[in-house]
Amino acid sequence: MTDPNDPLRVIPTDAPPIGACRKTGDSLPPLTLMGEHDLCPGCGEPLALRQILDAIDAMDMAQRAIGTIGIGCYTALTSLMDIDLIQALHGRAPSVATGAKRMRPETLVFTLQGDGDMVNEGLQEVIHTAARGENVTCILLNNGVFGETGGHMTATTVLGQRTKNSIEGRDAGEHGFPILIGDLLARLEGTAYCARASVHDAKGVARTRRFLDRAFESQMKGQGFSFVEILTMCPTGWFLPTAEGPDYLDQELGAIHEVGELKKDGVLIES
Amino acid sequence: MSAPSTEANGKRGPRGTVVIDAERCKGCELCIPACPPEVLRMSSNRNASGYLLPELLEGCTGCGACLMVCPDFCFEVYRFDPKAAEGA
Ligand SMILES: Cc1ncc(C[n+]2csc(CCOP(=O)(O)OP(=O)(O)O)c2C)c(N)n1
Ligand code: SF4
Ligand code: SF4
Ligand code: SF4
Ligand SMILES: [Mg+2]
Repeated sequence: MTDPNDPLRVIPTDAPPIGACRKTGDSLPPLTLMGEHDLCPGCGEPLALRQILDAIDAMDMAQRAIGTIGIGCYTALTSLMDIDLIQALHGRAPSVATGAKRMRPETLVFTLQGDGDMVNEGLQEVIHTAARGENVTCILLNNGVFGETGGHMTATTVLGQRTKNSIEGRDAGEHGFPILIGDLLARLEGTAYCARASVHDAKGVARTRRFLDRAFESQMKGQGFSFVEILTMCPTGWFLPTAEGPDYLDQELGAIHEVGELKKDGVLIES
Repeated sequence: MSAPSTEANGKRGPRGTVVIDAERCKGCELCIPACPPEVLRMSSNRNASGYLLPELLEGCTGCGACLMVCPDFCFEVYRFDPKAAEGA
């Protein structure tokens, strides 16, 4: 219970305030059916989901959006989403998105995939989709682990990162180097827009939203393939207390998978 | 319920407040360092699932940073209307 000797006054937060005020933020993201989900405490994936749905809602594309979904922890978030979705086989969402967009060019088509799904299981899918310049937006939630199946190393795991099967840290000699998928896709000619964001703090979340907006705008202008990589916390897979997730994401994964725009209007942005 | 009080946060009174859905909270603590004026802290209260809950101190600005970093969609954010509050 609240300490009566505490000099700081605790403000009740169980009901809306009385008096002249306006609500400036809803708890539930737009286009959701409910807010309850079974993802772990401190997971970064729901933060990315909020920004994706916010971006679709702000463009007024809810009735014309189609998500093609990969397999990972984020797959469970589909039960919250009130837009049209197609569940793809592991790693194959970019090809499903290709089909949906070619048949319905007026729609906003995006994939929702993890690093295990996109960069391990189905790496060729996203590369060919980008190279063909398909007018779809692929969204990667990159946490450097196969989160859902227990936190094993993926192709994006950074050197030194502890995972279930690199318990002493990923070692280049034994496990090879991480693939920086955003940098790789940016170099393909079919890619019109490419950016990497991170949800480790509120500024990073706001940046994520800006990059999503630009990717979706690029798609609706018919510029070609667009890609937004979003670094997300996985405290469970990283064996970390939830409160340490954001700093670990920023300092360990973010040091290698650097945040920023990599390509805009088909032009590479050199750092 | 929290009302806009004039003496609470300097002369101007509080600029905003939040409603926290305690039952949805998973006690991850991500909202604590995200709050710029540092008016969120963990309490010793738990919800029905056993998770420790955050609590709000005086000085919320209604900035919405907590809402952006909460993975369990617990925060609703309000801003007080300064003119209406002065007149009240
Ligand atoms: C063809 C196939 N192989 C393996 C699996 C098992 N599987 C389910 S989720 C998953 C890992 C997903 O990792 P990632 O895409 O990074 O998502 P995260 O859980 O980290 O969010 C795997 C390997 C599967 N469902 N289907
Ligand atoms: S295992 Fe990781 S990615 Fe999956 S829900 Fe838990 S924290 Fe999120
Ligand atoms: S709205 Fe801003 S100031 Fe108020 S509790 Fe949330 S983060 Fe803190
Ligand atoms: S960020 Fe959300 S779930 Fe985590 S402690 Fe704060 S209110 Fe609870
Ligand atoms: Mg993953």
